[in-house]
Amino acid sequence: MRKIAIYGKGGIGKSTTTQNLVAGLIELGRKIMVVGCDPKADSTRLLLGGLAQKSVLDTLREEGEDVELDDIRKAGYGGTWCVESGGPEPGVGCAGRGIITSINMLESLGAYEESEELEYAFYDVLGDVVCGGFAMPIRDGKAEEIYIVVSGEMMAMYAANNISKGICKFAQSGTVRLGGLICNSRAVDNEKEMIEKFAEKLGTKMIHFVPRENDVQRAEINRKTVIEWNPEVPQADVYRNLAKAIDGNKDFVIPTPMEIEELEELLMEFGLMQAA
Amino acid sequence: MATATQKKMVQWDPADIKAELIAKYPPKVARKRAKQIMINEALQNETPALTANVRTIPGIISMRGCTYAGCKGVIMGPTRDIVNIVHGPIGCSFYAWLTRRNQTDAGPDGENFMNYCFSTDMQEQDIIFGGEKKLETAIQEAYDLFHPKSIAVFATCPVGLIGDDIHTVTKNMKEKFGDCNVYAFSCEGYKGVSQSAGHHIANNQVFRHIVGENDEVKPGKYKINLLGEYNIGGDGFEIDRIFQKCGITCISTFSGNATYDQFASSHTADLNAVMCHRSINYVADMMETKYGIPWVKVNFIGAKATAKSLRKIADYFGEQGLIDKVEEVISEEMPAVDASLVEILPRTAEKTAMMFVGGSRAHHYKELFDELGMKTISAGYEFGHQDDYEGRQVLPNIKLDADSRNIEELTVEADETRFKPRKSAKELKALDKAGYKFKEYDGLSVDMDKGTIIVDDLNQYEAEKLVELMKPDIFCAGIKEKYSIQKLGVPMKQLHSYDSGGPYAGFQGAVNFYKEIDRLVNSRVWGYMKAPWQKNARLTASYNWE
Repeated sequence: MRKIAIYGKGGIGKSTTTQNLVAGLIELGRKIMVVGCDPKADSTRLLLGGLAQKSVLDTLREEGEDVELDDIRKAGYGGTWCVESGGPEPGVGCAGRGIITSINMLESLGAYEESEELEYAFYDVLGDVVCGGFAMPIRDGKAEEIYIVVSGEMMAMYAANNISKGICKFAQSGTVRLGGLICNSRAVDNEKEMIEKFAEKLGTKMIHFVPRENDVQRAEINRKTVIEWNPEVPQADVYRNLAKAIDGNKDFVIPTPMEIEELEELLMEFGLMQAA
Repeated sequence: MATATQKKMVQWDPADIKAELIAKYPPKVARKRAKQIMINEALQNETPALTANVRTIPGIISMRGCTYAGCKGVIMGPTRDIVNIVHGPIGCSFYAWLTRRNQTDAGPDGENFMNYCFSTDMQEQDIIFGGEKKLETAIQEAYDLFHPKSIAVFATCPVGLIGDDIHTVTKNMKEKFGDCNVYAFSCEGYKGVSQSAGHHIANNQVFRHIVGENDEVKPGKYKINLLGEYNIGGDGFEIDRIFQKCGITCISTFSGNATYDQFASSHTADLNAVMCHRSINYVADMMETKYGIPWVKVNFIGAKATAKSLRKIADYFGEQGLIDKVEEVISEEMPAVDASLVEILPRTAEKTAMMFVGGSRAHHYKELFDELGMKTISAGYEFGHQDDYEGRQVLPNIKLDADSRNIEELTVEADETRFKPRKSAKELKALDKAGYKFKEYDGLSVDMDKGTIIVDDLNQYEAEKLVELMKPDIFCAGIKEKYSIQKLGVPMKQLHSYDSGGPYAGFQGAVNFYKEIDRLVNSRVWGYMKAPWQKNARLTASYNWE
């Protein structure tokens, strides 16, 4: 089983990209579980056709100790197992601790057992690696491959660089590696070239370039992935190709994060280049 | 095993002892610790010579406690009719419950919650989702069950980490109840460098939320508050007995066997007598500024110190009737003390003691050892500040570090209606002329002999080293040190909880202490610490064919 965590700056499109990518992998016949690690519990909305999932933590709170696997996972598009960690309301409690608890709960309930015949487990993690809880998926070999969703905007690259630092820290003592950058385009000048260069600096590659396309929005409004909503649109092929790229990816590295000055130089170099 | 007896230095040089204490440390640790170990010169310098109230170096097994322990355990623990709810996992509550042997007497009102252990018993889900609702439920439950005058809430570490807004919860509950004062303490264990921060947080909230709440004038003459007395082993009861005999009215004790109403009306007293300088001197200062109550340092540990403190209180009021009564009480009480000493002193004289306890306690108990003819060869505090060692004259020269700035300081102004100077300028002048000193505390150092060793924030390693090198006849500290010291063959007396003894305050307490120390330092049991084969390894026997 390949265990993959998707990180990236808040609002960059991690959940959307993950679910559309998963739909692509489903077409390749893969058996997948998606674990949403965001207290908002909206990481599996497109696969489930709406916010229909009761979170692990809510279940744990209401059912007490007597929780079964079927209480916390739900079959979504193409038989994908969908799990939402869940968490506290904004401004109270500790969401990080919640993620630790719910991943442990999934493990102890046997969600990753060989009998489940999973080929992929995806962790969709909120925002930056802000504390120990949000680093949970990359600790202790829970996720072994990381993909960072990034765009050509400075803060997104800054976050990606920071996440790389987090991966570095845990890669030294564990098995976690960076699999590549997914560029979710914001239509910034020279975006593709810049992210390719950025990936090279980090010691990895841009695994796919996802152009900005309104069909993604249209599918989201219909609570569906692009492939499910309209398999014919060009964007569906984009996600199919992303799925193929990840399915065939064998390059896993310990990243080499950049110094902040170096990162700014990179932005300057590509930002000042007039779109030729 | 290297026991104390083997390595005892018969004639020790304090400089050698100090060098030996830090010899094994890495250079940076040694440099830091050297500043907290002072060869006493008994001077009254303006600038502090000893570093205190600084962070313990990680890896060192400190004698200190945490901020929560100082707030909940020390200051609020001894109050009897306030429901003290700990917001946190159960261990913090259970292990801070009555461990200091604070005694209590429910009194005529019968209100006493000290025998209960209140906790919100936080579970993992409360950490994840926040514990505010659970806290609210706990406060409601306590109110419904007991209808107390007051409920206090204490934050443990996780509460600070997850950011539960305990002050808003308590404020809302106070408004909801109307007849119950509810307030909270942000006393997370990780705050500050020692439990001293917890004392400060506790006292600030008592001052802010309780003191001044009841203006009713209580009956009685010569009204005082006793600040920094925690009624361990019944100390407070002995002091109360003496006050009553003298006709002195104690409006409030902070906080031994204290009640909510005592705190609430404490501003009606005319003098604050401060026992533990460290834990509460700032409350005395704030009460002086806000209500006009002057304060003096007293000490009721030691018979002579008790007599001196009573005279100090009598001189403040200056009425002949009280002065005479105090003398009468002293002359009534002293014969029993003297008789006890006549018997015990020959057995304790010239023996040596070490004390590492509290933030004033080591100083107070030195009085009792002096009375026993025993020499305090080394002493120090767990959480004392520089003024507790070297006197209040160093206060202007203490550098405030970031850790101290982190602990709230209240800004206090004179209360518009309640401020009332207790003495006229003329009376104050007369008292000053007669040598009467307010707000004075000279610290431990000046009372210790020259060449003795004062150590701040002593740790396990240094404690064992000191005992090994200087071989005192008795060592005094807390429960954490008790058995490691006794394993070195030296009797150990707990001066936090008194083991199972007490009271040791006042006149009768002094006699109790003399007997206890006599029993400990003259016990023959320490001679049996070694098994026969450890003393004499050679065996003699013969083969049976010979």
